[in-house]
Amino acid sequence: MAEDHHPRPLREMLAERIVLLTQESVAKCYQCGKCSAGCPLADEMDYPPSQVLRMIQLGLPELDERALKSLSIWLCLACETCVTRCPQEVDLPKIMDFLRQESLRRGLAHPEAKNIISFHKAFLDSLKYTGKLYELGLIADYKARNPRSALQDVLTAPKLFFRGKLNPIPHLVKGRKEIAKIFERAAKKESKK
Amino acid sequence: MSRIGVFICHCGENIAGTVDPAKVAETAAKMPGVVYAVDYKYMCSDPGQNLIKDAIKEKKLTGVVVAACSPRMHEPTFRAASAEAGLNPFLCEMANIREHCSWVHEKTDATTEKAIELVRIMVEKVKRNRPLYPIKVPVTKTALVLGAGVAGIQAALDIANAGHKVALVEREPSIGGHMAQLSETFPTLDCSQCILTPRMVEVARHPNITLYTYSELESVEGFIGNFKVKIRKKARGIDETLCTGCGICSQKCPRKKIPSEFEAGLGLRPAIYVPFPQAVPNKPVIDRKNCTYYLKGKCRVCEKFCEKKAIRFDQKDEIIELDVGAIVAATGYDIKGTDFFPEYGYGKYPDVITGLQFERLASASGPTLGAIKRPSDGKEPETIVFIACAGSRDPAKGIPYCSKICCMYTAKHAMLYKHKVHRGKAYVFYMDIRAGGKMYEEFVRRAIEEDGVVYIRGRVSRIYEEDGKLVVKGADTLLGGEPIEIKADMVVLATAMVANKDAEELAQKLRVSYDPYHFLSEAHPKLRPVETNTAGIFVAGAVQAPKDIPEAVAQASAAAAKVAALFSSSELSREPVIAVVNRLPPPEYSTCTGCFLCEKACPYQAIEREEIRDKKGNLIKTVARINPGLCQGCGTCVALCRVKAIDLEGFTNEQVFAEVCSLG
Amino acid sequence: MKLGYYPGCSLKGSAREFDESILALAGRLDLHLEEVPDWNCCGSTAAHNLNHLLSLALPARVLALAERANLNEILVPCSACYNRLATAAYELGQDDALRAEVSGIIDMEYKGTAKVLNIIEALNKVFAEAGEIKIAKPFNHKVACYYGCLMVRPPKVVKFDRPEEPESMDELIKKIGGEPVTWAFKTECCGAGLSVSRTDLVCKLSGKIIENAVKAGADALVVACPMCHANLDMRRPDIEKFMGKKYPIPALYITQAIGLALGLDEKELGLHRHLVPVILPERAQPAGPEKAAQEKPAAGAEE
Repeated sequence: MAEDHHPRPLREMLAERIVLLTQESVAKCYQCGKCSAGCPLADEMDYPPSQVLRMIQLGLPELDERALKSLSIWLCLACETCVTRCPQEVDLPKIMDFLRQESLRRGLAHPEAKNIISFHKAFLDSLKYTGKLYELGLIADYKARNPRSALQDVLTAPKLFFRGKLNPIPHLVKGRKEIAKIFERAAKKESKK
Repeated sequence: MSRIGVFICHCGENIAGTVDPAKVAETAAKMPGVVYAVDYKYMCSDPGQNLIKDAIKEKKLTGVVVAACSPRMHEPTFRAASAEAGLNPFLCEMANIREHCSWVHEKTDATTEKAIELVRIMVEKVKRNRPLYPIKVPVTKTALVLGAGVAGIQAALDIANAGHKVALVEREPSIGGHMAQLSETFPTLDCSQCILTPRMVEVARHPNITLYTYSELESVEGFIGNFKVKIRKKARGIDETLCTGCGICSQKCPRKKIPSEFEAGLGLRPAIYVPFPQAVPNKPVIDRKNCTYYLKGKCRVCEKFCEKKAIRFDQKDEIIELDVGAIVAATGYDIKGTDFFPEYGYGKYPDVITGLQFERLASASGPTLGAIKRPSDGKEPETIVFIACAGSRDPAKGIPYCSKICCMYTAKHAMLYKHKVHRGKAYVFYMDIRAGGKMYEEFVRRAIEEDGVVYIRGRVSRIYEEDGKLVVKGADTLLGGEPIEIKADMVVLATAMVANKDAEELAQKLRVSYDPYHFLSEAHPKLRPVETNTAGIFVAGAVQAPKDIPEAVAQASAAAAKVAALFSSSELSREPVIAVVNRLPPPEYSTCTGCFLCEKACPYQAIEREEIRDKKGNLIKTVARINPGLCQGCGTCVALCRVKAIDLEGFTNEQVFAEVCSLG
Repeated sequence: MKLGYYPGCSLKGSAREFDESILALAGRLDLHLEEVPDWNCCGSTAAHNLNHLLSLALPARVLALAERANLNEILVPCSACYNRLATAAYELGQDDALRAEVSGIIDMEYKGTAKVLNIIEALNKVFAEAGEIKIAKPFNHKVACYYGCLMVRPPKVVKFDRPEEPESMDELIKKIGGEPVTWAFKTECCGAGLSVSRTDLVCKLSGKIIENAVKAGADALVVACPMCHANLDMRRPDIEKFMGKKYPIPALYITQAIGLALGLDEKELGLHRHLVPVILPERAQPAGPEKAAQEKPAAGAEE
């Protein structure tokens, strides 16, 4: 298994980074499985949430990587059921947010999560310059990044349009230059983590 | 004039390997007031002790300093030796040159110098020591045992069999506690009532035991050997001397649909009732909150039918005053109800029950006569899910501790179910299996290997009802956290064991410490498990912490042994290292100004107010007085007293200052 | 009564009818809603998934704008926006260093004085002050109140109702003459932001919700979140395909249900914008608890 003869520098361990950047300790988890039991998508995940945490608990590089490469972290809906029921009050949604961001930082995102990630990216891109979500723009951007979804919802879209639910023109925030700066500053700080 | 003898111990190589004992003795001999100094290999041995004794007699010593190990080791040894030689034992002190010196330093000159200093300060102290004599306190040889569950019963029997009187007080109408509610007990599957009821009868018949049932502790005053307690004997509403326990009143009572406490809410009882057939005493009690006569002034059917005319509607509570010498608190525990769990339905599903409720179902004397039936529709469940750790080990719910008994009783419940319903399916969701007692591990394996109970490692996230079944959403962490959904007919929650709702009140009445969960605190978790920090008050059973029957019984016998030891002489001898508020001749009487800050600060409530009166009885002043029976010599009041009216015998201000000032 | 108003992006877009029904109700209930000036998107799911500081900065800007406009209480009808704003307020309230950092990112002063209210809280506040409400047309239907995730969880942050089996929406339905059914999926997730990227999972989760509501005998689902509504309404054709069954049960916003009870017009309330036609069965007698006892209970769902 681990051909790790040298003690790993503490700061490289995912568990340590989690403590540093989220103030959550994976050591609190005693692997009771209540989170996995209540997670709405546990049976769709490659690794149920308690198992993802287990991988991080061991502090071994290949398991850290396995956690970051999992599809689970991208399927997580952030429904907050796990933390609400966790007897040890481990903030799993917060850790999941961190794992998603870390996974992208290290370029380890699961290939099947590509469209989920591109939806999030398209969403934020649509905000960056207008300040408010432009739904049509979001869909267009998403389809461009995921050509296979080109025909998705093609029948629903007109239904929505005729019910007045799709704005053809984006709403613009007056302070959109400030918004763009917010994005810039936040991106810079995140990249330093 | 002081004539101090100094004895330096080598303690083999423990001291001599790092400190130079000969040099210490040589230097000590020259200290002012020291007339004799010697070193020896093992002072605590017989020859060593004889050295001290001989020196005391021959050199007419007025004080002894033994420089050796910690006083916690051998102070009693050397003090006893001194006493045997005719020197007051409190004129013998130890200088700790082992734990405080040789064991914590390297072999250098500085280490020997330190040993010399340690001896010097003790010499200076001993020169100022006064002879002290043990304090004698009388002992009332009657014990009060609070709670008549299995622990209280055991303690009462043991104390009574040791020849002392016992007042056994029980809050419920019958003794027996929770053990009387159980079906079979682990690991033997003995019928609980079958093994308990003989003890219950023995208690009732024992000439040394006075049983006060349907009674509670009202107040406690006094101190070890001399407690004054008040017991409130609540009004049963019947004349116990006339009642024969025939049971006609309960049969005829028209109000029959009251949830029975004994049946844990699964059965019903009338307003005038005996909790269960084997109750001791087998006399009914009228539940005034539900009796038509007390609510509306009508009925009185029981009175009409009672042949012995034993019904007394106007009976009042009685306060009984007792003098006791020791108190054993054995008031037991409570468990969380199913309503404690939001994710399991807030207690609204009748087929989600607690472990205690399952005991009543399984019990031959229970509401279903031992058949396992769903409370909702009376049908036999085909699938039961048992959930261990329901509420325990759950900091989010405020109960971080383990309730200790649930792993075992859950295995037992699953086994009993499988024995009664052969084709039934039993699942246990667990986190760990804690089966540390004798034959416990084998018991759990039997459930899994022989009775086919399926154990799933994981907690249950949620239970809800669908199509008449209870959908249990759990997970199997041994499969990697895989969600496991079971559609059950019944769910048994092994709910957390907690302190009684009035445990805090009881602890405060007894002036005994308790932890954040309201379990009473033992004096030392390892070495003094049945004593409390309040002298004369002991604990036994689950009131101290979650535990099973063997442990409760063992603890009860241990507490009884402590009580018997306490009662073994008619006087209690206490160490005279206590605080004393000074007394002076008139007109001062004392430098105490009567501010009583000390009274508030004393952790042992050992400080009283003493009125000093003249010959005519007029009050001159009220000053503090420390009760020598209660004072533990902690010194809080000594430090606190603003006018320095209090001093600590054996560690007086003068002695301690002398120690400090003698340091170079 | 005056409240600040943060509609959020979906209420001005695909969840237009939620906005319309709120404004219609506000008009009837003497509630003056002042929009937070120049508000921006809260970042929703995307921000907290991809960039922690951004996910706090975007809501913080909204809160700071509200404070600047002296809007101390803000109605945030969208549960996701509500949750993001409440989370930002909570996290920045706990950590001074973080608050300073985020204030620097948004280049605005954030004091932490603005309080966010979800639609139920706001409605309760308005009703409490209004006293007697005149019900023109009792909402005489069996309703499955669907709370979703983000309005009641995590309890430490939102401190609203109770996370398991909440009752606040059920109480409102009772107030307008409706009968909330007992059902097991009040707070089970609908599939949230995966509506576009993993429609199959939304079909699975929302399908289970609709199935359980129908089994419990509900005539309608009532929701308080535009994301939930989108999944339960807009996605209905996909759900029906996935589950292999037709489900005509409509999904309404709580404000639309209340609006109908107060006698407001269907068009005013935007009911025509739904994909699933809002057809509610007329009941012969008022559906009340006595009636429920007489009727054959839906299998296992009712107590």
